Amino acid sequence: MIKNISNLGDAAVYCDFGLDINEKINLNVISYFNSLSKLVEEHKINGINNITPSYNKLIISFDLSITNYSKIRQIILDIRPDNEINNSHKKIKIPVCCDDEFGLDLSRLSDKTKLSKKKILELHLNKDYFCYMTGFIAGMPFLGDIDTNIRCDRLETPRVNVPKGSVGITEQFTNIYTFASPGGWNIIGNTPQKIFDPLNLAEPALIKPGDKVSFYQISKEEYQNWNE
Amino acid sequence: MNNTYFEILRAGINTTAQDEGRNHMYHLGITVSGAIDQRNYKLSNKLVNNSLSEASIEFAYQGPLLKLKNGKINFSITGEVIFKIIRKTLKVEEGVCYKSYILEDKEQIDIISTKNTAYGYLSVSGGFKLEKIWNSYSINTKANIGPNNGKKYSSENKIFIKNSKSLTNKEFKINYNEISDNVIRVIKGTNFDYFSKKSQNSFFSEEFSVTKLADRMGIRLSGNKLENIVSTNIKSEGLVRGAIQVPADGNPIIMLSDHGTIGGYPKIGVVISADLDRVGQLTPGSIINFKEVSLEEAQNIFKAYTEDTDNYLNEAN
Repeated sequence: MIKNISNLGDAAVYCDFGLDINEKINLNVISYFNSLSKLVEEHKINGINNITPSYNKLIISFDLSITNYSKIRQIILDIRPDNEINNSHKKIKIPVCCDDEFGLDLSRLSDKTKLSKKKILELHLNKDYFCYMTGFIAGMPFLGDIDTNIRCDRLETPRVNVPKGSVGITEQFTNIYTFASPGGWNIIGNTPQKIFDPLNLAEPALIKPGDKVSFYQISKEEYQNWNE
Repeated sequence: MNNTYFEILRAGINTTAQDEGRNHMYHLGITVSGAIDQRNYKLSNKLVNNSLSEASIEFAYQGPLLKLKNGKINFSITGEVIFKIIRKTLKVEEGVCYKSYILEDKEQIDIISTKNTAYGYLSVSGGFKLEKIWNSYSINTKANIGPNNGKKYSSENKIFIKNSKSLTNKEFKINYNEISDNVIRVIKGTNFDYFSKKSQNSFFSEEFSVTKLADRMGIRLSGNKLENIVSTNIKSEGLVRGAIQVPADGNPIIMLSDHGTIGGYPKIGVVISADLDRVGQLTPGSIINFKEVSLEEAQNIFKAYTEDTDNYLNEAN
């Protein structure tokens, strides 16, 4: 449940679901997101520009010339989120090639965790992850939770350019770089699968908050010949 | 006449189409984009009798050199911009901002540079013939979303103009006088108490300067380092235009239209809506001061900002 509601500047409402990060809390965030989105789609609320769910926060930005903080706050207080909607979430399998040329940080991770590269991948692959949120760059999924034995901090100096398709890990999370981007996650492989498609106007993002995602290993040959 | 377009003889540094922005997409990681200076964007449209949400061409610092082909249009440029009009007779006219012009076939607009500001806007009567992507004409060059394949304009592109029935010989003008002011008003952020008392005070009392790292995504500032006494990272959460994040190095970053949709740095404050246009126009080397205002004050200031905008818009009737 929402622990606290405050204003983020003069044109956004900040809903705080507490400090913990887990599936249950995040599903609660997502159900608020779904309920609010529905009200916006059905034109039952005016002035909302964007609703951004994250691990344990929900931020609603609005047009100050149409509405204001206290009105949107009241709408949120009145919502009884419908948890049923969450049943529609998909299961998605993502191919990933973990050869050295793609798994940029595997050797370093192996030194750090004292686990073999094979063991690291074994712990990461074939596990169902929950998508907490998408964002930062278009369509980037934040998935979790990864095995406690392979958790690690971000790079001390982030890369200027993480290759598109890179699969990274940090703390309890794993992600996929949908575009080449600066970034500090530890890269363990690369997927040939298109995760975000700006030309697919109806469904640009393959993975959505609440979806279940798992990774499976492919060879370099399969990677090169990948055809969706 | 059909197929009126601008030939791009020089593209300029960062020339894109922009509008009010692309909403309802943050949850997918697609940011709002849109004109950095919303008021000047609207005024440029108004001066050529367009709907206020038509696409305009936004340029930064050095603008484009454009040659009109197959048509005759009205155009206007807003912001603080130095530009020339090269007539068919080869006569060169000094351009004046906040004024509508007639441009004949084969005449050119040479947008030389912005002055003390970063962005300017060009609108044409009828608007530009572009495709909306997710309900917006805005070009997001980081994610390649929007018209022109989401890329800034280059000299290989043509910018097509809609067939306009609204061409007029009447001249529209706005007496625009934005008072330059280096005070940026801010509401305390959700992580304000992450900072030491000393830094909380210095944030609102010391000067900050705009670094070279300033673009449509955001503006990095430098000044007295802000001391974080709780944690230099938060669990990633949503961002908004105007949010001021402070990473571990203690230098604040203000989020602008193309900002990442989520971020993991503590937010010391948020620039009020009424000051976003001015913040976006800051150039490297500018010195600014932050001033704290309450939510209620911010709402009142925004009302006044909207009234001012409406007054300017009404001048162009």
